[in-house]
Amino acid sequence: MHEQEKLFQEESRVKATDLEHRRKINYSLMQSDLAFQKGKNAFPDLESARKRAKNIKWETIEHLNKYLLEFEKKFTERGGKVIWAENPQQVLDAVLQICKQKQAKSVVKSKSMVTEEIHLNPFLSRHGIEVVETDLGEYIQQLSGEAPYHMVAPSMHKSREEVARLFHDKLNAPPGLAPEELTLFTRQILRQKYVDADIGITGVNFLLADIGAVAVTENEGNARLCTSFPKTHIAITGIEKILPSVNDLALFWPLLATHGSGQQVTVYNTIFSGARKENETDGPEDMYVILLDNGRTNILADVTARESLFCIRCGACLNVCPVFKNIGGHTYNATYGGPIGSVITPYLSGLKSYKHLSYASSLCGVCTQVCPVHINLHELLLYNRNKSVKAHCGSRSEKIGWLLWKKACLNRAMMNMTNGRIKNFMIKLLFRKSWGDNRSLPDFAPKTFNELWKATGQ
Amino acid sequence: MHVNLFIPCFVDQLYPQTAFNMIKVLKKAGCTVHYNTEQTCCGQPAYNAGYWDECRSVAEKFVHDFEGNQYIVAPSGSCIGFVRNYYGKILENDGHEKEMRHQQLPVYEFTEFLITVLNVEDIGAAFKASAVYHDACGALRECGIKEAPRKLLRHVKGLQLIEAPDCEVCCGFGGTFAVKFEPISIGMGEQKVLNAIEMGAEYIISTDLSCLLHLDGYIRKHKLALKTIHIADVLSAT
Repeated sequence: MHEQEKLFQEESRVKATDLEHRRKINYSLMQSDLAFQKGKNAFPDLESARKRAKNIKWETIEHLNKYLLEFEKKFTERGGKVIWAENPQQVLDAVLQICKQKQAKSVVKSKSMVTEEIHLNPFLSRHGIEVVETDLGEYIQQLSGEAPYHMVAPSMHKSREEVARLFHDKLNAPPGLAPEELTLFTRQILRQKYVDADIGITGVNFLLADIGAVAVTENEGNARLCTSFPKTHIAITGIEKILPSVNDLALFWPLLATHGSGQQVTVYNTIFSGARKENETDGPEDMYVILLDNGRTNILADVTARESLFCIRCGACLNVCPVFKNIGGHTYNATYGGPIGSVITPYLSGLKSYKHLSYASSLCGVCTQVCPVHINLHELLLYNRNKSVKAHCGSRSEKIGWLLWKKACLNRAMMNMTNGRIKNFMIKLLFRKSWGDNRSLPDFAPKTFNELWKATGQ
Repeated sequence: MHVNLFIPCFVDQLYPQTAFNMIKVLKKAGCTVHYNTEQTCCGQPAYNAGYWDECRSVAEKFVHDFEGNQYIVAPSGSCIGFVRNYYGKILENDGHEKEMRHQQLPVYEFTEFLITVLNVEDIGAAFKASAVYHDACGALRECGIKEAPRKLLRHVKGLQLIEAPDCEVCCGFGGTFAVKFEPISIGMGEQKVLNAIEMGAEYIISTDLSCLLHLDGYIRKHKLALKTIHIADVLSAT
């Protein structure tokens, strides 16, 4: 068993049996579901909206090179700088170089999963640059030294009491603050951070090819502050986040908001088209967009898996996933958890290390049912399983097991061999351990239906 | 109406009585039943495990065993969903594709067959108990079966059907998932069982015995006051 799979097995046992964890996650996700169920009514025809979104993403991903180059051309024409990065190190090097150039001492950041993927924060800290997360959930995670638990709601696994305790311990906040008080407390700290920061780093929700701009969606206004006080704005994104046109936002903004949080539209939606021009009063002096591959072209190269690049990171598949509900976000030990994470992580971080995630699904299909861009998630998990078998990642005993299964299924007489008692004995021998201590094994019937049918002469 | 039975492998081996109860209901609804004694399995277990070549051989046998039949009926939404939605893909490289595209095997899940083909809602069953209905994932999402079993159950005399808020949530079986990731599988099953008890149910009814064998395993091990029962067993009760 691979090291990562072992970790996953151990952690999933801990989390799946932690009833307090279960209670908190079920509660949080029930709230998400209620909000989504209500919010989706704003779409007169949600199914058509999803299909249209899928078609747009399909067209875009099929012509990714064209749209990315169009974006680059338009964005650079207005003075923006585009940096192409194949791997995390290239992003880190580019960011550090900008920091050095600007003699930056501190960075404020809005929410970005890509920067989690490349572990930007610890890297900058190691180089003596202070990084402050400004999304409240991410700020909480940064304070507790944890990775985000969920791609949309990073600290959803923490109760309000736990957050109050954390703020008391780490920031010397008065004990037992209520959520509103905690928010105010954070606000006071962060305001100064925005003013002091040399560089603001944001993620990207959508790259807009036709106007060469970057769209950022948020609920707290922190991304706007990150991009208005500091003199430099760096936006970091995966190459798949592109849309052909600014007009596509009319569909994608509400689709993302509804599936992410049940909102009709997220509170703040900003389109950044570049640095401040000479006659303008607002905006940073420099704006960079860093386009990261980091394994995404592996997905692009695979015709079947390609559709997983349609993902807009709304988190809806996590919210409905019964596996996620039982093990939580950290157990995956990957940047992206839940069904979409299980699909893409093997391509981003290696099939051998992360193939187990494709098997850690009951294939219930509720993720596929909810996905706003119709990614066939559960079938892609099946596809990954087959890929892993083809790559000979399966054990020898497993291989022999399926060969025997095939033999039995091709030969009816074999399936009628022996009797229920011997089969019960065999099944106990094979499965007692893996079936576990919490379930009784089913009992074989003394005779198969096939035998009984023949015997009754029907 | 002439019906060809498909008795899935685990029903054949573990729950033959449920198959006989399904036959009883089909006969009561006016069908004559035929059973090809050569049949074995639809191939889904290997497909789900990633062993698609092994699956293909078994799927070919299935097609061979059932070709030419007008109505193929099985007490499982999972197997039916698999034959219906995946066979085109599995067999596409071996000359079966053309045939499959033009003539998909006419497979039906048992309750779906009663409602959509036979148009029978009241089979004259009686079963005195309170129960929740569990939407098996294969039936619900692969076959789109939601109302058929409920329509049938609503006509069962004495049965108090409780609509559970988590009726569409997976039970946690998932084939090899149940043994590869036992703690997660148990966590999912446990919640289904405890929620059913909290709703005041004496039974969990479903179209799929694979879900029920997993839930029943949990229930028996913990000696809980809850039972599982296949919908064919309910509909055949009088």
